[in-house]
Amino acid sequence: MSEEKKIKLKINNKTVEVNEGTTILEAAKLLEIEIPTLCYHPLLEPYAACRVCVVERKIGETSDLVTSCNTKVQEGMEIFTDSEKAMKAKRLNVEMLMAQAPAAEAVQKIAKDLGIEKTRFEIKDPTEKCILCGLCVRTCEQIVGANAISFVERGVERKVSPPFGEPSEACIGCTACAFFCPTGAITYEDIQGRQIVHEELALGPTTAIRVPIRQAVPMVPFIDEEACIHFKTGECKICEKVCDREAINHEMEDEEMEVEVGSVILASGFKPFDPKRIPAYGYGRFPNVITALEFEKLVNASSPTEGKILLANGEEPKAVGIVHCVGSRDENYNEYCSRVCCMYSLKFAHLIKEKTEADIYDFYIDMRCFGKGYEEFYHRLLEEGTKFIRGRVSEVTDIPLTEKEEGKLIIRVEDTLLGAVRRIPVDMVILATGLEPGLDQNEIARIFNISCSQDTFFLERHPKLAPVSTFSDGIFLAGACQSPKDIPDTVAQAGAAASEALALADKGMFELEPITAEIDEELCSGCQICVGLCPFTAITYNKEKGISEINDALCKGCGTCVSACPCGASQQRHFRDAQIFAEIEGMFIE
Amino acid sequence: MSNEAFEPKLVGFLCNWCSYTGADLAGTARMAYAPNIRIIRVMCSGRVDPQFVLKAFAEGADGVLISGCHPGDCHYQEGNYKALRRHRLLSKMLEQFGIEKERFRLEWVSAAEGVKFQHICNEFTEQIKKLGPLSLNGGKDEQREA
Repeated sequence: MSEEKKIKLKINNKTVEVNEGTTILEAAKLLEIEIPTLCYHPLLEPYAACRVCVVERKIGETSDLVTSCNTKVQEGMEIFTDSEKAMKAKRLNVEMLMAQAPAAEAVQKIAKDLGIEKTRFEIKDPTEKCILCGLCVRTCEQIVGANAISFVERGVERKVSPPFGEPSEACIGCTACAFFCPTGAITYEDIQGRQIVHEELALGPTTAIRVPIRQAVPMVPFIDEEACIHFKTGECKICEKVCDREAINHEMEDEEMEVEVGSVILASGFKPFDPKRIPAYGYGRFPNVITALEFEKLVNASSPTEGKILLANGEEPKAVGIVHCVGSRDENYNEYCSRVCCMYSLKFAHLIKEKTEADIYDFYIDMRCFGKGYEEFYHRLLEEGTKFIRGRVSEVTDIPLTEKEEGKLIIRVEDTLLGAVRRIPVDMVILATGLEPGLDQNEIARIFNISCSQDTFFLERHPKLAPVSTFSDGIFLAGACQSPKDIPDTVAQAGAAASEALALADKGMFELEPITAEIDEELCSGCQICVGLCPFTAITYNKEKGISEINDALCKGCGTCVSACPCGASQQRHFRDAQIFAEIEGMFIE
Repeated sequence: MSNEAFEPKLVGFLCNWCSYTGADLAGTARMAYAPNIRIIRVMCSGRVDPQFVLKAFAEGADGVLISGCHPGDCHYQEGNYKALRRHRLLSKMLEQFGIEKERFRLEWVSAAEGVKFQHICNEFTEQIKKLGPLSLNGGKDEQREA
């Protein structure tokens, strides 16, 4: 690459040396000389349609006008971007564009920079924005690869259109043409009428290439195959072109890897409760009914609102209701308490108080402030003036009964301390959604041969004495996959799980339960029934001795072979036939 | 002895990993169930030798329960399937001996199903109460006399 031929030229009397094949525009950019452009885009082939980038070129004694975007540099060339000749041509071109697209702001801006006030040519359509630069057509062809639009008609009738002026089947709806259009002439409509509540906050996809979350580790973007144009048409790869580090590779595929490990810690987490399951709360129907996670994203300093608490219409709320126990402590959904919601709801109330003037209503069943400093925090909020209403919210509605409720969301709740049904008008409702077991909990449990408790959280070996172990040796639990828990509890459990796993590894040996089976050589007839029954292939037949033998390291002590042995040669330690018979006999002693 | 006063004696063979833990859960959760069942812990329902069942009936049990993990959940991969096979065969044999097949049950109780265990115990006890005490012609008492 370094062997490329260098070419020296002068632009506005400044000398620059560039590789052969560079355009004048690119060379000017190196000298930081600005040449206005409209139809140029570094990712696309130059097209020289707008002719705004026109410059004067001098080679020897001859001089002419060329478009800088598609003219390659030549040795000894002299370029003038602001000579009288160049400026005159540029002004003429811009005036023509002004007549073609009077409504295009980008053209007006360039005109203003050049000191043009109005065009001397006839304006055909004062609302026209398209300058017929073809950038959209080239985008659709070269980047998207869909070829859905092109120029149609000729002369003054020329315009950009899909075939026959009808919605094109080739269009994949990527809106790249609208994005690339320099004058905003192309617009698109959401014909599905899809409306995303707090659009920028929606947890769904934003762009096809993105960092999953702001706190992601590693902080690396990924490509969403469902949304990426490349995976639809095979073209685009813009990201690959603009990435200087050449870090993007579209050919990479998901890989299945086999890793040998001694122990496994399951930390598969939870799934937030979907409040759409409680239609009475209006989530999804009212844009200002949001979940706790959405509020958390909103109030985060790096949020699209920069941490400001705003309604869907951009205004600050005057009253906010926080509904506790959404999907928790409810026989219709989950009977258990999700444990974290009370405290994060209090945090929300505190943040709202801090950032807005809004009245805050907290609707709770019981305040469960169980941890260190938690009760104190609750008292602080009581003093701050948050209004706590004890009772389960029955409904969130937008149907007003009084003038005061006009245009508000009304929370209907039975105030159990007052003994009355109340209607509280608010602007924003935050649903304190509970924690549910992950979607594939049962599948994971089966893979690792562990159990789930009734609510499908993973079952620990013992609720008090072995809260991080499972019934499978070497499999440990951490976090919300075992039960709903907050961050300190999760960290504590994860630490315990890690040290349990390390203790296993550190020992370098494995302690077996002393319940393995053994075979009495004297009694064994060598029938080999046990060999076929053992699920762990721990039993082998010794041809020389004519008996079966058990490998103690492989035997897990299920005793299946023992109950099948016709000679009573196979016996399980601590679960011998004689011992169990004695147990049975013992039961019936009066 | 009137039927009302009859308290059946039931023997339960419970696997260590699912059913015994499930029964334990019923206990720690303080669920009340019929006290008629006496439990013997085995590592796996596959460890239950048909002789154990026969021995229990011979000793005077009015009903026998074998309980293991749900199919596919066996801690030892397939011990509960072995138990299932043996249960089928043994049920046929018991009928020939004049022992009603209702007296010999196989159930799947997972570690989380304390409620199910409670339910099974109550139901099994009720069922055996209706059947009445087990009478074996060649019972233990006669054998001893002989």
